Amino acid sequence: MRVSEKIIEGLLWLAAVITILITAGIIWVLLSESISFFQVVPLVDFLTEKEWTPLFADKKFGIAPLVAGTLLTTAVAISVALPIGLTIAVYLNEYAHARLKQVVKPLLEVLATIPTVVYGFFALTVVTPFLQGFIPDLAGFNALSAGIVMGIMIIPMISSLSEDAISAVPRSLREAAYGMGSTRLQTSFGVMVPAASSGIVVSVILAISRAVGETMIVAIAAGQQPRLTLNPLVPIETITTYIVQVSLGDVPRGSLEYKTIFAAGITLFIFTFALNNLSFWIKKKYQEKYD
Amino acid sequence: MSRKHNKLEAINLDAYYGDFHALKGINIAMEEKNVTAFIGPSGCGKSTFLRTFNRMNDYIDGFRTEGDILLDGKDIYTKEVRVDELRKEVGMVFQKPNPFPKTIFENVVYGLKIQGISKKAVLEEAAEKSLKRAALWNEVKDNLNKSALALSGGQQQRLCIARALAISPSVLLMDEPASALDPLSTAKIEELIYELKNDYTIVIVTHNMQQAGRVSDNTAFFYMGELVEYSKTKTMFTSPQDTRTQNYITGRFG
Amino acid sequence: MTNSEKNRLKDKAFQVFGVFCTFIGLVVLAVFLFDIILEGARRIDWDFLVSLPSRRAARAGILTAWVGTLWILVLTTIIAFPLGVAAGVYLEEYARKSKMANFLEINIANLAGVPSIIYGLLGLEIFVRQMNLGGSLLAGALTLSLLILPIIIVTTREAIKSVPRSVRDGSYALGASKWQTVWNQVLPASFGGILTGIILALSRAVGEAAPLIVIGALAYVPFTPSSPLDEFTVLPIQIFNWTSRPQAEFQTNAAAAIIVLLIITFMLNGIAVYLRNRQQKKIKW
Repeated sequence: MRVSEKIIEGLLWLAAVITILITAGIIWVLLSESISFFQVVPLVDFLTEKEWTPLFADKKFGIAPLVAGTLLTTAVAISVALPIGLTIAVYLNEYAHARLKQVVKPLLEVLATIPTVVYGFFALTVVTPFLQGFIPDLAGFNALSAGIVMGIMIIPMISSLSEDAISAVPRSLREAAYGMGSTRLQTSFGVMVPAASSGIVVSVILAISRAVGETMIVAIAAGQQPRLTLNPLVPIETITTYIVQVSLGDVPRGSLEYKTIFAAGITLFIFTFALNNLSFWIKKKYQEKYD
Repeated sequence: MSRKHNKLEAINLDAYYGDFHALKGINIAMEEKNVTAFIGPSGCGKSTFLRTFNRMNDYIDGFRTEGDILLDGKDIYTKEVRVDELRKEVGMVFQKPNPFPKTIFENVVYGLKIQGISKKAVLEEAAEKSLKRAALWNEVKDNLNKSALALSGGQQQRLCIARALAISPSVLLMDEPASALDPLSTAKIEELIYELKNDYTIVIVTHNMQQAGRVSDNTAFFYMGELVEYSKTKTMFTSPQDTRTQNYITGRFG
Repeated sequence: MTNSEKNRLKDKAFQVFGVFCTFIGLVVLAVFLFDIILEGARRIDWDFLVSLPSRRAARAGILTAWVGTLWILVLTTIIAFPLGVAAGVYLEEYARKSKMANFLEINIANLAGVPSIIYGLLGLEIFVRQMNLGGSLLAGALTLSLLILPIIIVTTREAIKSVPRSVRDGSYALGASKWQTVWNQVLPASFGGILTGIILALSRAVGEAAPLIVIGALAYVPFTPSSPLDEFTVLPIQIFNWTSRPQAEFQTNAAAAIIVLLIITFMLNGIAVYLRNRQQKKIKW
């Protein structure tokens, strides 16, 4: 029986270790394909060229337009989700009845469970035509609609995590603020939000990471035109959209075009990896503050 | 009257949690079919000591012992001893009743089932016997398939005793078995202990001096990891030798 | 106006803004669902559910898509369930506090943050190419299994953590081994929580399109798959495909398919919430 116990433990260990293999696999796959890409395209060109046209006759391999597109949609999304999400967190914590909070929180979570392809449809067929009513210059595909809808999707991410952070602030601190005659608003933004800032920052970083890696919304609604611009009204292309675009086409395996998706992939991976680890680091560093 | 043999012994026992010296040079021998009470203030090491007899401390990181613990004269901390075999011999009842979230029947026969016994008749017989022994049978015999969590606290604790008895141990360790119970349930548990000592060697940790006086033959007083005094319960409560014992049982600290 | 009056006014103003923000998301959600239903509901009929895809919008159906989605759900469950639960059990019950355990934990948190499309690239290289599975159901299910593994592991650990120490002690004291304790006590007691986690993970998998597009799942599959090695499509890809077409009829088809996808997603989430509530009511330690 002791032997079978050891065998079982070994199998369970194996299952846990598979998670390391997955990470190793991701890094290996991205690196090995990218390395052979960078043997043809110099890294300097990849980083400094201002155009991305691997699928055209005149091939240029500058990642900048895709990065710009990604950052643009992300910026729009965060500027929608951060104010709304943070306001919801403060409101639910300081103003709303406990009952309302109990009802609203799971309802907001519904926003996070809707498949992203559905949000894409929404952005393209509802939000863009709606916005075109105010902004006649808005193109059919644009970063604005995609970003706004993505922002709506990540509201619960920011509101939930921030709300947790705010409610973790010790009661005594809040009571001290009220004791000195502060209004709820002053208490919230003068005391609670600063005290919970590390948790709020973590929620925003995770939201950024999510937005950077989001695919279907931008693939459907933001366009497929790599463009180095900060104008949210015109079609652009994100890193993720490019990978989808190539995957849908008939690019032969092993060709340079095929390898571009791994070069794009590793760029994306570096972004999200850095953001995620930054959030872990902040969490760890400031976690013990109130323990 | 024939002399009883020593069921449990500790010889020069030291125990550590990492750097913390929890038990210091304990020497004690407990006769079979007797009730021994461990008393002492919180953190004195009495529960730690109790748990060395069925090696329940094994799962705690950084716990280690020096010296010997003997069951029927044999060291239980050697490599040859299999912990699961040891625990069939040395049953345990915990401070808070901890029935499994299963039926009453499943709780009682759990120890037998994990030994690979699956014959329904055998299990049913064992369940009835153990529940009768634990004075619970009359209250639950019609509800054996009800969840154990639906029982009252006192019933749950007697179920845990029945569960321990079902695998026929010779020693029963009880870690403050009545501290979470109301006075009526406590009385029932104490009665039960009195009954059971005809067949089992019982070691009970308790905070309650009156309880120690009521149920035990011998009492051991622990203080800061040391065994201060060990004698007949009557002797200890009427003429304690050590001033620390005296102070404790007269309620000066605790 | 005194300072204190000003402050009170600001406080009130923020309260109104708070209500507005809290409900804007929900209002948008409602508008959106209403719009989708308005556009798609009339398109849903028996034919739509049992027809093969077609170049003509009016004849096209979602048979291959929902059958593919079903296949993917089943295969992903078979692969990810044992793997994720086993890893969760190991980390919570067996792993001692060590550098290795710490590393495993950080690694899993990291995996949870990797964009789904990156899993697609992993699946493309490992399953489609190295293992030569092509754009098959199996390759898709394996890819999605890796994607949802971190979710299952994390929720399994939380469910196991909620089983009190005393239950384990009780089992050990009766001579049970570690695995006997895990199998007979810990897993049954935490099963509700584990199941909730799995269903939530599946509801995530069911809506994924990007990684499956990358591994080569097709937009147009003329037959329903009949084995794990067949090519396939899923509802989200079908929706993506129809959404990308300019004709209004296809947009209607997309809306109709979205209704079906949302029903599946909400059903899975509903089951998960129901299980969680029931679990919380049933066991009070």
